[in-house]
Amino acid sequence: MKIQEIKVVLMKAIQEIAPEIELEDIDVDEDLRDECDLDSMDFLNYLIEIKKLTGVKITEGDYQNVNTFKKMVAYLEQKTE
Amino acid sequence: MDRESDHKELQMKEEDSVAEILGNDIVEDIIMPSLGADMTEGMLVEWLVKPGDPVKRGDVIAVIETQKGAIDMEVYHTGVISEILHEPIVTLPVGTVMARVTLTEPGERAKVTPLDSVTVTPLDSISLTHVETSTPLASPVVRKMAMDQRLDLTEVKGSGPLGAILLRDLSGSNIDRTNAIEVDDAINTKKAMRGAIASAMSKSKNEIPHFYQSLDIELGNALQWLKRTNEDRAPDQHILLLALLLKAAAKALMKYPDLNGFYQNNQFVHAEEIHIGNVISLRQGGLVVPAIHNVDKLSVDETMEAIRDISVRGRSGHLRSSELTDATITITNMGERGTDTVFGVIYPPQVAIIGFGKVRETPQLVDGDLVNSEVMSVCLSADHRVIDGMLGAKFLNALSKQLQKPELL
Repeated sequence: MKIQEIKVVLMKAIQEIAPEIELEDIDVDEDLRDECDLDSMDFLNYLIEIKKLTGVKITEGDYQNVNTFKKMVAYLEQKTE
Repeated sequence: MDRESDHKELQMKEEDSVAEILGNDIVEDIIMPSLGADMTEGMLVEWLVKPGDPVKRGDVIAVIETQKGAIDMEVYHTGVISEILHEPIVTLPVGTVMARVTLTEPGERAKVTPLDSVTVTPLDSISLTHVETSTPLASPVVRKMAMDQRLDLTEVKGSGPLGAILLRDLSGSNIDRTNAIEVDDAINTKKAMRGAIASAMSKSKNEIPHFYQSLDIELGNALQWLKRTNEDRAPDQHILLLALLLKAAAKALMKYPDLNGFYQNNQFVHAEEIHIGNVISLRQGGLVVPAIHNVDKLSVDETMEAIRDISVRGRSGHLRSSELTDATITITNMGERGTDTVFGVIYPPQVAIIGFGKVRETPQLVDGDLVNSEVMSVCLSADHRVIDGMLGAKFLNALSKQLQKPELL
């Protein structure tokens, strides 16, 4: 997937849970859960939405590689190559 | 345009579940349900049935808007809808007869939901809310949506009373239900929800002699089990700690059933089933407390699925009326970003609420050695009219014991 497509997918997944959040609200280098005020259930729903939209299954072992917006974009770019 | 005449026809229900015998038919009233001791009125938004339609106990027959958001209203009887007494959009006090159903299984009289008797007399005096009218006539939800999305309502043909434009009339206008529900939530202002929380919590603190107990529970085993179990699982199969906490609470409640039930008419009524209410904070402020039914009979995976389901529906506004009325005990979970402890306020007529703090690392002495341990403070707020300290302590220790063997939950 192209980076631009991934960003669109991520925003769709985030807004499914936090409809009020826009891309410019997010500091892409900070922990996404803090940036968007997501609890653990919200974060899980975010990952489920990403799996639905991209087919990429993210397991707990990889959480540290996807905890910011920027890291998630890089992760998905690599997984959908 | 004047709805006064409609309002004058409203009849408050005088007794629980009155059945009229007309010939051989048994007719039951379908009333504006009380979805909590705090609810005084609800707005009928849409009927999903019409006279002549067969219905089964548990079917969703209408959508109502409350301080808790848009709710799918279920019917408590099996039969045929014989009469619809109010058309949407209209605000009706709790207990108003909205429709009637002719029972097809007369042997099966509906069970009265626990909150009915508590809320037949709502906390606040009932006032009929006038439905604002404007040109063209449209429901508040529709008007708000039209404003937000700059829709021209003069081009929409309304199917409601007096040609009022209802949600369903907008279905062709690129508006899906999800949007509508979000607008519903926006309309249910923070103020209404705060008022509802205020009356329920004031009632609780005025009437229930609370006492509080706390136990630090070691969670090392449970967290390791979760880590192993989740290792290769996709996010939709992932289990959160909360699922284990719910299961452990249900098992401990089986052992100590006196914490599970209702205090009504000056006595405790034990609940046969274990329906655990879960406090869910809404992003726009306020909270809802939907119940997960029969937690004792669910597997850990099923419990997790149920938690995920109510968290999604709690947000989108498709909670069912039964889920908001039949919790037998409540759990409030601070989560990992919360506080070490939470002492909850009991939701009447329940008799206990369990508060889970966040997991914290702490040094502990084991056989003289200092080791790292992960603990959670679990607090029980209990009704002293029903529960004594010894029982509360036994319950918390039983809960701890359950959590040491997560594989058996």
